[in-house]
Amino acid sequence: MPEEKTNRRQFLERSSRAGVAALAASGAGFWLWSRNEHPRRDKAVVQVRNYRVRIPETMPSMAIVTGGSPVQLASEAVRALGGMRSFVARGDVVVLKPNIGWDRVPQQAANTNPDLVRKVVELCFEAGAHKVVVTDVSCNDPRRCFQRSGIAAAAEAAGATVILPEERKFRDYRFNGELLSVWPVFTPIVEADKVINLPIVKHHNLCNATMGLKNWYGMLGGRRNQLHQNIDISIVDLATFIRPTLTILDAYRVLVSNGPQGGNINDVRLMKTVAAGTDPVAIDAFGASLLGLKTQQVPYLAIAQERGLGRIDFEQTSVKRIKLA
Amino acid sequence: MDAENANKTPAEKYEAVKHSVRGRRIRWARRISQSFFLILFFFLLFQTEFRGDFDQSSAESIQLNYPVSLFLEMDPLVAVSTALSTHALYNKVILALIIIVGTILIGRFFCGWICPLGTLNQFFSSFKPERKAAARIEANRYKGWMAVKYYILFAFIALAIFTSLQVGLLDPIAFLIRSLATSILPAVNTALRHGLDWLYASNIRALQILADTGYSVLGAGLLSYKPQYYNFGFFIGAIFIAVLVGNRFITRFWCRGICPLGALMGLLSRWSIFGMEKDHAKCDNCNLCLLHCQGACDPQGGIPWRQSECHLCFNCQSVCPHDVIKFKFFPKQDPKSINEQPDLKRRRAMESFAAGLIALPLFRASLGFFKNRNERLIRPPGSLEEDDFLARCIRCGQCMKVCPTNAIQPALFESGIEGIWTPMLVMRAGYCEYNCVLCGEVCPTGAIWKITEAQKLGKSPETGEPDPDAKPVKIGTAFLDQGRCLPWAMGIPCIVCEEFCPTSPKAIWTLEEKVTRSDGTVITVKRPRVDVDRCVGCGICEHACPVQDRPAIYVTNVGETRSRTNQIRLESGAYN
Repeated sequence: MPEEKTNRRQFLERSSRAGVAALAASGAGFWLWSRNEHPRRDKAVVQVRNYRVRIPETMPSMAIVTGGSPVQLASEAVRALGGMRSFVARGDVVVLKPNIGWDRVPQQAANTNPDLVRKVVELCFEAGAHKVVVTDVSCNDPRRCFQRSGIAAAAEAAGATVILPEERKFRDYRFNGELLSVWPVFTPIVEADKVINLPIVKHHNLCNATMGLKNWYGMLGGRRNQLHQNIDISIVDLATFIRPTLTILDAYRVLVSNGPQGGNINDVRLMKTVAAGTDPVAIDAFGASLLGLKTQQVPYLAIAQERGLGRIDFEQTSVKRIKLA
Repeated sequence: MDAENANKTPAEKYEAVKHSVRGRRIRWARRISQSFFLILFFFLLFQTEFRGDFDQSSAESIQLNYPVSLFLEMDPLVAVSTALSTHALYNKVILALIIIVGTILIGRFFCGWICPLGTLNQFFSSFKPERKAAARIEANRYKGWMAVKYYILFAFIALAIFTSLQVGLLDPIAFLIRSLATSILPAVNTALRHGLDWLYASNIRALQILADTGYSVLGAGLLSYKPQYYNFGFFIGAIFIAVLVGNRFITRFWCRGICPLGALMGLLSRWSIFGMEKDHAKCDNCNLCLLHCQGACDPQGGIPWRQSECHLCFNCQSVCPHDVIKFKFFPKQDPKSINEQPDLKRRRAMESFAAGLIALPLFRASLGFFKNRNERLIRPPGSLEEDDFLARCIRCGQCMKVCPTNAIQPALFESGIEGIWTPMLVMRAGYCEYNCVLCGEVCPTGAIWKITEAQKLGKSPETGEPDPDAKPVKIGTAFLDQGRCLPWAMGIPCIVCEEFCPTSPKAIWTLEEKVTRSDGTVITVKRPRVDVDRCVGCGICEHACPVQDRPAIYVTNVGETRSRTNQIRLESGAYN
C-alpha cells in the first residue's frame, strides 16, 4: 500500500505546532538562564524602629520611686512622668517587653516582676490602648518561662495578649549597626504603635549589669549566642535600632550575683525600687548604681551616650525622686 | 425458605434475608467503641506535650493535664512482660488487669473493640479496589503463618524472663505511639507548617489571618509548639506505613500474624465463657461471614471456630443470612464448633523460646553493655541503671514526644542492638530543661522513674531550698574542648555556657586571664571551667555553645546518678 503523501495543510499544521513548541521551550530556557545567579537569602527590611513621643519640657525626664509594692511603685513612677496618657494614645497597639528569659519564679528575680507587668498593662488600657501585647524571646523553653515567671497569668488577667515566640514570626531586619548587620527580629515586638521596655536589674557575669539596653537581646532570633563575643557593641547596636517609648525598670527584687539567671534567693536583694523614663541610657546608669557599679564598669553605657542614645549623668537631669511610706 | 434461596447469589441472599436486629446493633456498638477509643487515643497523644498553661500561677509545678499513658498502662503485654522482667508492676500498669480479666472472661474484645492500631488496620483493610470477593474470602481463611505471632511472643517472653525487654518493638500500642510521635506527626507538622508559613509569608492580611487561625486551631493538638525532629525517624515511619499498606493485601495482617499482644490474648481467651455456637446444618457455604471476617478465625460452618483468633467483631453474626452463627455466654463446648486451642506446634514453641534465650547473650556479647559503654548514651533524668532500664523500657517514645526541647531521641545502637529506639539525649537537638520532669511523668513502666522537681534538683520538698542530704539528679558531666572554645583557643570573649548554666552556684565558672592575640595585643578574657561536682549534665551549655558543628563544651554520661560505677569522683562511687 503506497504511503499517503503529506499535503500542504498537514505540512503547515505540523510544522507550526513543532515550531511553537520549540520556541516556547527556547523562550523558557533563555528566561531561566537569565535568572542564573548565586542564591540570595538576604531579604532584610531596613528600618530603624523609633517609638518615642514628644514629652513637654516641664516633665521630669526620669522618676525613681522607692518603698512600696511593685504595683504602687509602677503606678507612682508613671504618674510622676505625667501619667500613661503622655505616652499612649487612644487606639494604640502597645507592646510591653518584659524580661521573660528564664524558667525561674518571681522570688528568684531573673524575670521582670509579674505584678509590675500587670499594672503597666492596666495603665496602658486606662490610657486608651486598643491592644496590649506582652512578649519576649526566652532563653529557656518559652512555655515554661512564661508560666513560671508568673507573667503570662498576670498579663492575661489584665487583658493583655500574650504571645509565645514562634519561629515563623521572625523576619530579617537590617540593623546597619557597627557590628550587627542583618538579624532575625521577632515581629510582634516591633509591629506596634508604642513599645514599652520593662527590664529588670540583674548582675551579668560578662557585662556586669543587664537592664534596659541589654533587654533588647530578647527581640532577636538566630544564633544570638554569638553576640557575647562583642557584647558591648552588640547591645548598643540593638539600642540604636529600637528606641522605646518608655522604659520602666524593675528593681523591686534585684539579683546581685550569679546573674543573669540566678536560681538562689540568697543572691536576691529586696530594693523595692522602680525607675521610669524616656532616656534608656539614664535608666540603665541608675540601674548600674543600684548594683554598686561605676559607669566605667558598664562600658556599653558610654558607647550608647556617644551614639546620642541618652546621657549617663542622670543626676544632672530633672529626676523626680519619690519615697513611699 | 432454604429452597427459595437456593438459586440466589450470596449478595442477593444478604439483601433478601434481614439478619437479626440484635446482630446488627452489636456491630454498631463495636464501631462506636472503636471510634471512641481511637479518638481518645489521639486526644491523649496530642496532650503528651506541655503547651503552656497561662492560667497557672508560677508556684505550680508543671504537669500534664491528662493521664496520657492510659493505653500503655492498660496494655496486658506491657504488664506481663515487665512483671516477668522486674517481678513487679509499676504504678498504674495494674490497670492492665481490666483487659486481662476481660479477655479471660470473654476473649479478644480488646482487638476488635479498643485497640487503636487494630482500628486503623481495619480501616485500611477496607481499601481493596481490584480484589474479587472470591480472593478476599480465600484470604480470610485461617492460614498456618498466622501462628507466627505466638512464636514472636514466646521469644519476647524468654527475653523478658532474662531481663531484656524487647516486646516494645512489636507491642501494638508502643509501636503506634512511637511511629506517630517520632515520625508521622513530625512529618505532618513539617508539611502543615510549610503550607501555613507560605500563606503567612504572602504578606496579604487575609491569608496571614488564615495562617494564624490555622496555627491556633491545629496548635491545640496536631501541631506541636515547635517542629520536632527525630533520629532516623524515617525508618520508624516507613515500617508503620508498610504495616498499614499490608492491609491492602491481607486484612489486618499485623493483627493476625505479627501482633504479640494479640497472641497473648489468644492464649488467655482459652478460658473464655463467651463464644460462638454454630448450627452447621443451616450453613449453605455462602461465605459471607468469611468475606467480612477480621480475625481469620474460621466462622463458617463445617469446621470449628478458632476462639484464639477471633476479634469479636461480630461481622459474621451480622451478615449470616441463615442464623448459623450465634455468639452467647457459655456456648456448648462442642469440638466440632469451637477450638479453644491456638494453632501451636510444641516444637516450634520451644524453638522460638530458645531463640529468645540465645539472643540475649548474643546481644550482650558485643561491646557496649558490659564493656565500653557509649559515652554519649545520656539517659533521661530519673532513668534506672542500664540493666534495670533495659528490663523496663518499651520504646513507646512518649518521653520523646513530651520532651519540651526535643532533646530525647530514639537511639540506634548506642546501647547495643537490644537498645534500639530507647531514649537518649542529643544535646545538639535540645537539652534537659532544668526544672522539667515530664519524661518521668509519662513513662508507663518506670524505666525513667517518676521523680518530682524537688528530687531532680536535690531540693527539700518543703522549703524548696537545697537539701544537703539530697543530691540533684545528674545525667552526665560537661567537658571543655579548649582547642575549640573561643576564650581558650582564640582569645575572644564568650562564656555563653556560663550564662546558661542553670545550677546555683553555677557549675561553669570563669577566671579572668590575660591572653596575647596574634597581633601582639594583650587582652583580658574570662575563660570557662567546669566544676564536676556541681554539673548535672543537662547539656544546655552544649546546646547554647556558638561553635555550631562540634561544640566546644559537650556532655558525656560519666557521673550519671543512675550508675554506681560510671563515676569520676571517689565520693560519688558505689564502693565508698
